[in-house]
Amino acid sequence: MKLAIKRIIFYLLIFVIWELAIKLFEIPAVILPSPMDVLSSLKESINDGSLLKDLGASFTRLVIGLIVALLIGVLLGIFLAKVKTADETLGSLIIALQSIPSIVWLPLAIMWFGLNEKSVIFIIVLGAAIVMTVNMRTGIKNVTPLYIKAAQTMGVGGVSLFIRVILPASIPYAVTGARLAWAFAWRALMAGELLSAGPGLGYTLKYASDFGRMDMVIAIMVVIGVIGVIVDVLIFQKIEQRVMDKWGLEQQA
Amino acid sequence: MFLNIQDVQKSFENRGNKEQVLQDINLKVEEGEFISLLGPSGCGKSTLLNIVAGLLSPSSGDVFLDSKRITKPGKDRGMVFQQAALFPWLSVEENVMFPFRKEMSKKEAKVVAQKYLKLVQLSPYAKHSPHELSGGMQQRVSIARALAMNPRVLLMDEPFGALDEQTRTRLHDVLENIWLETKKTVLFVTHSIQEAVKLSDRIIVMGTHPGTILKDIHVDIERPRDRHLEEMVQYEQMIMELLKAEIDKVVEEELQYEASH
Repeated sequence: MKLAIKRIIFYLLIFVIWELAIKLFEIPAVILPSPMDVLSSLKESINDGSLLKDLGASFTRLVIGLIVALLIGVLLGIFLAKVKTADETLGSLIIALQSIPSIVWLPLAIMWFGLNEKSVIFIIVLGAAIVMTVNMRTGIKNVTPLYIKAAQTMGVGGVSLFIRVILPASIPYAVTGARLAWAFAWRALMAGELLSAGPGLGYTLKYASDFGRMDMVIAIMVVIGVIGVIVDVLIFQKIEQRVMDKWGLEQQA
Repeated sequence: MFLNIQDVQKSFENRGNKEQVLQDINLKVEEGEFISLLGPSGCGKSTLLNIVAGLLSPSSGDVFLDSKRITKPGKDRGMVFQQAALFPWLSVEENVMFPFRKEMSKKEAKVVAQKYLKLVQLSPYAKHSPHELSGGMQQRVSIARALAMNPRVLLMDEPFGALDEQTRTRLHDVLENIWLETKKTVLFVTHSIQEAVKLSDRIIVMGTHPGTILKDIHVDIERPRDRHLEEMVQYEQMIMELLKAEIDKVVEEELQYEASH
């Protein structure tokens, strides 16, 4: 309970300092709107249903992109872990691609798919699939050799060794991979929407910016942050915690 | 002959140097015998066990079980490792059921698992996760898992080496009782003289560099052996004497190694 109180005081403090600073230095609303303005524009977008519509559109893209990325990541990760030549060649390309933020592919994506949903989904898939691939590959490669030996002495080998031992043994890495993939996908989605077509949270943010509505811009930023935290804590950290508990592994904070 | 190890040699490549780990190993094992492979580290006892398990293949020579040549791992040889090697994504019971996926229904497998968990006195823990059990309990599950396959031979690779003294002593009694009850043939690798004398019908004493069989000792002490401490001590001293030269050799080699590096 003490933690919650600390946090409430912290956020109230930010709120008060922000409000005071604007009054004190007479900052105009186009530079930095007051927190009350942000709150009222947040309320406005909730009441007229536009926020819900944007969220719906954004999440549809996100879910499609993330599912495709996880599928590709799992299969490609297994492929790299199992085929040495592929790991030595394609693997190096994937590591290189990892250091390119997926959003810089947008100009090309727009040429290939047009200024529409598909381009944004492409960006999401690219960003999320790479991190999932890398984690899945590591997971399969790091399976304790003892598990494999033990299974072999119990007459399990070949495909069934892979399905019954290697795959389940790589689950902790896969879960971490999925969590990172979500984080990459969420950022790629916002960047993609900001630079491409609507409807969606990112697009509305861009729209508000074009009209100088900084209160709306900040309101959407807050929504993006809050959703990011909620999904991470409520879905991915929960799953991760459950796996850690079941396996008896320590959770790193 | 039940288990027959014939002229087994094993060498490994180590940075261009060929290292002879096992040389001229010949060993015949009767069904139902409890046999220990005893020796200092580096004598190749674990390597020999892994060859019998089919996890390693000999550089030359053969191993026959029931007159069949061993080429790969199989359910006729259950293995217990130094670490329990239980799968953390399965419950204790599911771990013991692991080998039965193809040959029986889940219901039947459960019955078998229960029977063997009872044998190691762990049936109340069937639904637990492996990590919720202590090291000694995990090792008992691992023994139950190997026995549940009803193998012809039980191979044990320093199974109690990672446990504390008290747990180890307790598990010696558990294992002795299981052996008296099931009459399984056991091949048991250890570097503890006491452990070997406590448990075995025969102790194969091995020497190092290259690994060879020094002596084949029959232990004629009635079971349970706790009641014959004096006789046990006599055997222990005899083996200690035998191994002293070997242990000195290991120490000397280590010193030489250190001096030359």
